[in-house]
Amino acid sequence: KKTKEGFFSKITKVIAGKDKVDEEVLDELETALVSADVGIGTTVEIIRRIEERVAKDKYVGASELNRLLQESIMSVLTDAPGNEFETFELPADKKPYVLLVVGVNGVGKTTTIGKLAHNFKKAGKSVVLGAADTFRAAAVDQLTIWSERVGVPIVKKEMGSDPSSVAFDAVQSAIARDADIVIIDTAGRLHNKAHLMEELSKIRRVIAKKMPDAPHEVLLVLDGSTGQNALEQARQFTAATDITALAVTKLDGTAKGGVVLAIANQFKIPVKYIGVGEKMEDLQIFNKEEFVDSLFSLQ
Amino acid sequence: MFDSLSEKLESAFKQLKGEGRISEINVATTIKEIRRALIDADVNYKIAKEFTDKVKDKALGEKVLTSISPGQLMVKIVKDELTDLMGGTEADFDISQRPTIVLIAGLQGSGKTTFSGKLANFLKTKKGKKPLLVAADIYRPAAINQLQVLGEQVKVPVYAEVENKNAVEIARNAVEHAKKEGHNVIIIDTAGRLAIDEEMMQEVANVKNAVNPHEVLFVVDSMTGQDAVNTAKSFNDRLDFTGVVLTKLDGDTRGGAALTIKYTVNKPIKFVSMGEKLDTLDTFYPERMAQRILGMGDITTLVERA
Ligand SMILES: Nc1nc2c(ncn2[C@@H]2O[C@H](COP(=O)(O)OP(=O)(O)OP(=O)(O)O)[C@@H](O)[C@H]2O)c(=O)[nH]1
Ligand SMILES: Nc1nc2c(ncn2[C@@H]2O[C@H](COP(=O)(O)OP(=O)(O)OP(=O)(O)O)[C@@H](O)[C@H]2O)c(=O)[nH]1
Ligand SMILES: [Mg+2]
Ligand SMILES: [Mg+2]
Repeated sequence: KKTKEGFFSKITKVIAGKDKVDEEVLDELETALVSADVGIGTTVEIIRRIEERVAKDKYVGASELNRLLQESIMSVLTDAPGNEFETFELPADKKPYVLLVVGVNGVGKTTTIGKLAHNFKKAGKSVVLGAADTFRAAAVDQLTIWSERVGVPIVKKEMGSDPSSVAFDAVQSAIARDADIVIIDTAGRLHNKAHLMEELSKIRRVIAKKMPDAPHEVLLVLDGSTGQNALEQARQFTAATDITALAVTKLDGTAKGGVVLAIANQFKIPVKYIGVGEKMEDLQIFNKEEFVDSLFSLQ
Repeated sequence: MFDSLSEKLESAFKQLKGEGRISEINVATTIKEIRRALIDADVNYKIAKEFTDKVKDKALGEKVLTSISPGQLMVKIVKDELTDLMGGTEADFDISQRPTIVLIAGLQGSGKTTFSGKLANFLKTKKGKKPLLVAADIYRPAAINQLQVLGEQVKVPVYAEVENKNAVEIARNAVEHAKKEGHNVIIIDTAGRLAIDEEMMQEVANVKNAVNPHEVLFVVDSMTGQDAVNTAKSFNDRLDFTGVVLTKLDGDTRGGAALTIKYTVNKPIKFVSMGEKLDTLDTFYPERMAQRILGMGDITTLVERA
């Protein structure tokens, strides 16, 4: 479908025959990073790391230069703990595992939940969905269709109900069914709307009433085509709900999602999943190497 | 808060203070800060460079009047250029045809369905029209229900064919239906699609060819980053859209994508969407957008301080 020429093959051309990181290499790198939405601040930080490395390793051949660039960029991601997650396994002592999904409008929360449910089910887990977006038109219908598609139960109430009571019921139902995981959908909300952010904090508190160490995971979904505003989203959602991981969606398009580098750099929140399409199979566990490489692919 | 251009420019302008004329030397830092601010606001990297180069040429050699500082002059030049760039070209929304057909297209989740509801509401309550909403998204789970709920909220009928999996047919049938029922505006909501999804792009192009819409609106999320340039170009190449709708401007994004899109395809921004409620549709004000992109809440204060 998409042809992607790796950035590193391009940068290899630029650095062919060179044994040092010169202006041209750095300019090329800067252009690639900024065009991938990494943002100027983080780009400058990455370039600083490269210069540090170069100062340390006296001589660098073209092939080492390649690796050095990749590693310096990757080190930003590695700084965020928990980026080593590999399978759809769940901690045995957290049952049901309560996963709360949040984010701004239209980023792909509900779709990601459908995909997660599919993957956990495939991994042999019993899944319950909670339809706590009781606000957006047909949001409950949408999640219901996903629950049917995947073949997992859903807890829902009529539109306009209190979202925290739906979340509470969903956790309760998951406990009663002895389910492995309950995934709770929430309405999209812009992070600058205080009352909507407070509603999220309340959902969190109400869940904890039923299960004190829950939610075990709060997943912030980011649209991969979002620019620098994603930083503010990470900041505000963290303040309201203690985000533990990120999912980046729509990476099947030409957008690179580079802003997650800036988020990893500033907030140390790991990326756990990426969305690469609209079907239930289109979810992948985040892979640093692949991500960094695709960040620089040319279309 | 981070990245406030006002703050950065202020420090850059301090260096300009007391000079009589804008020169290569004294303008360099300022231009760099402006460029950075534009990129922080998600203006496309290349466009930010081209734009600031142009501004620099304009500014060079400008005489600084005794009444204003070089800093003030730079602010004015940048803001005026940006405002000019974002305005221009006819921004009328033509609803004189009977029926007027409006096709809505864009990426996934950009706000097309919500905007369709808003536009129907606006045309009905503010323009005395009798609109028909058309559900031509045959893919997204519950897309039809969503449009129906919105239709009910604004009391505008929705044309849908639940069993039909052919968007072109649905659109064509809807136009027939609208003519019979005496609707004078037809708003066709389509599925979200990626610009590189050839099959889906062909589908929406087919819908366009089948119904010959008078307006084709490209709906874009104002939080979009650097990729806006690719998307705008691809959608415009395929659909030759008549205007742009910027959504989710009730957020705190600086919305540099607006500049990117205008610069890339030179189509007018016809509406802005500022909320989830169906009465939050606004017209576009180039000057406000320019200030927003530049991160200048209040430009006069800045000029006073510069
Ligand atoms: N191409 C692509 N589309 C996606 C992806 N994830 C979600 N989408 C689409 O994006 C649109 C919005 O997705 P939703 O799951 O409804 O988003 P949401 O965050 O739940 O939206 P709200 O609840 O309205 O805030 C839908 O058309 C999805 O099919 C992805 O990874 N790739
Ligand atoms: N805050 C805010 N939310 C908006 C605005 N416009 C749309 N939304 C929300 O954004 C989300 C996506 O909107 P939709 O209208 O479903 O987007 P769409 O483009 O039709 O999505 P697909 O059909 O899946 O491609 C919903 O949660 C809407 O309520 C806006 O101007 N401001
Ligand atoms: Mg949703
Ligand atoms: Mg829609």
